[in-house]
Amino acid sequence: MKITDLSARVGGKNILNGINLEVHAGEVHAIMGPNGSGKSTLAQVLAGREDYEVTGGSVSFEGLDLLAMPPEERARAGLFLGFQYPVEIPGVNNVYLLKAALNAKRKAAGEPEVDAYEFLTLIRQKMKVMQMSESFLTRGVNEGFSGGEKKRNEVLQMLILEPKLAILDETDSGLDIDALKVVSAGVNSLRSPKRAVVLVTHYQRLLDYVVPDRVHVLSGGRILKSGDAALAHELEQRGYDWVLETRVA
Amino acid sequence: MSSKSQDVEALLAQKYRHGFVTDIESDSLPPGLDESVVAAISKKKNEPRFLLEWRLKAFRHWQTMKEPGWAHVHYKPIDYQDISYYSAPRPPANAPKSIDEVDPKLLATYAKLGIPLHERARLAGVAVDAVFDSVSVATTFKEKLGKAGVIFCSFSDAVRDHPGLIERYLGSVVPPGDNFFAALNSAVFSDGSFVYVPPGVRCPMELSTYFRINAAKTGQFERTLIIAAEAASVSYLEGCTAPMRDENQLHAAVVELVALDNAQIKYSTVQNWYPGDENGLGGIFNFVTKRGECRGHNSKISWTQVETGSAITWKYPSCVLKGDNSVGEFYSVAVANNYQQADTGTKMIHIGRNTRSTIVSKGISAGHAENTYRGLVKILPSAAGARNFTQCDSLLMGPKCAAHTFPYMEVKNSTATVEHEASTSKIGEDQLFYCLQRGISAEDAVNMIVSGFCKVVFKELPMEFAVEAQNLLSVSLEGAVG
Repeated sequence: MKITDLSARVGGKNILNGINLEVHAGEVHAIMGPNGSGKSTLAQVLAGREDYEVTGGSVSFEGLDLLAMPPEERARAGLFLGFQYPVEIPGVNNVYLLKAALNAKRKAAGEPEVDAYEFLTLIRQKMKVMQMSESFLTRGVNEGFSGGEKKRNEVLQMLILEPKLAILDETDSGLDIDALKVVSAGVNSLRSPKRAVVLVTHYQRLLDYVVPDRVHVLSGGRILKSGDAALAHELEQRGYDWVLETRVA
Repeated sequence: MSSKSQDVEALLAQKYRHGFVTDIESDSLPPGLDESVVAAISKKKNEPRFLLEWRLKAFRHWQTMKEPGWAHVHYKPIDYQDISYYSAPRPPANAPKSIDEVDPKLLATYAKLGIPLHERARLAGVAVDAVFDSVSVATTFKEKLGKAGVIFCSFSDAVRDHPGLIERYLGSVVPPGDNFFAALNSAVFSDGSFVYVPPGVRCPMELSTYFRINAAKTGQFERTLIIAAEAASVSYLEGCTAPMRDENQLHAAVVELVALDNAQIKYSTVQNWYPGDENGLGGIFNFVTKRGECRGHNSKISWTQVETGSAITWKYPSCVLKGDNSVGEFYSVAVANNYQQADTGTKMIHIGRNTRSTIVSKGISAGHAENTYRGLVKILPSAAGARNFTQCDSLLMGPKCAAHTFPYMEVKNSTATVEHEASTSKIGEDQLFYCLQRGISAEDAVNMIVSGFCKVVFKELPMEFAVEAQNLLSVSLEGAVG
């Protein structure tokens, strides 16, 4: 994926002011930054949320003009967004949604629909990775889930859909240390030379478990600094102000 | 509003798929209504004297009544003299001769709805017996029911073959003067269905309009009477997604159910009459009176309805819980789109001791529609230990529709328990985007969210019907996208 000079606004307010970023297959990137820096907006814009208006720039994904595609086509092309606040859909079974999602993707790729037995085997296997209980199979989408369960569910969906590019929006927030390890293990299990992951996060904590290849600091809708995993540690110690000040200086 | 909610609206801006016209020559009375018309209907049907008297009495009463104005619906006054009150089809001369001649698009829609093949042909106006062995189909189920002692026939046949039962039960739940539309129906009803399940018999099959081939075309004023004798049980399916063939727009039916000691009646409806176009022109006025009486102790009557059609729906399937320990249930999904208006709900009248009732109502409004739940829970002084649970949920799609809830409660016995829960929610753009981000199309996503909302009601439908109801929702929400 290549983002070139991307700008966007929501409700008349400019949030992204010229983002440039390249993510290659096999890489894990972390996007960090203070509150209101535009991290979540970037994730939503890439996924195609229409409330966000793109005012400039371009994004190419696997050679496709990503911004010209409706959200469902972006998803079918292999872009996955792990939501910061996964929504509840009462009465709609978890497994049903997931199967519909997988079949939509397979259909777009010209593959046959997944067989029910095969699918159940697959989902059970991935649930094991995410340490989720059997009751998950019969519950509604995120219905009555705790914060941690919702985040695990996001990662489970990612594991089933096997995206080429996964953007995880603060998937680590609100998790206790055990849940964080489970979620990290899930993300790591997806790492492969064919896939890329973008972690949007506040904290360095997650990056102890999922070690990134590149770390970017976002502020005021721009990437101010990029580096390797060591940058995250430096940020942890010195705070974001240090980057902002360096920039000004 | 953002563009996303416009997408939802676009999805909902779909056309009615069953609104084709089939040219059938019919034997009709000229428009107008007076005693001679009532007498002519009765004569055409060779009815016994008591029924003619009954009709005339109802007609005279109707003339003294005023159309009710309390419902939350608006329409131009109906000219009752401009309606033809009798129309029976003649054998079709120019109807398709075989299913091969029927518009394939139409057949595809039926296939989507899961309607059995012979039924598809019948709906499309094919002369069924030319193609299918309908006689043997009819004979098979008649034999099976006959062996069990179950009577299931058209209302006209019942008047001819079982006048004693008709005289005893007709109007015993919905008296001829009950309300304006029931009185009109009582005067001019043309046909309908009759079911009698004798003591101790569990009806060996679901009774549905699919099987009632002999009464394929009933009028706009149909009358249904179902009697479950002591310890009998029956499940009746009504409606289906039949195309609109009626020339007139008023549909005023009456349904009466009688459950004696330990008897159970389950009555399921999927109503998809023509709702009018997207500007609110045309469509059916569905003014229906449905009431069941749990006359015996430990009896149970359960109503399940999925209402997606009609320009205006005015309908309150009710239970009169007379017998001690009797149970009444009402499960409803009412969808109103474009300019549709629905004012629907139920009445649970608790008379016997320890009577119980459950009401679950799901209203979905879209476009400019108005969807009203109106329910009455009445607990009389005699109903010691009575219990009611009511849950009313409304789902709004788009910014221009409205949902209203009018729950009435009259509790006259202090040992009764009445619970009420209500919620109103908007179809979430967040929910929609979540599904889209998982690669699911907007159309499938809306269907999924709506089906989830209706799930508790669909669970109450007999299995084949639940599938049809689900498909119907999909078809009616199918839109411009995809």
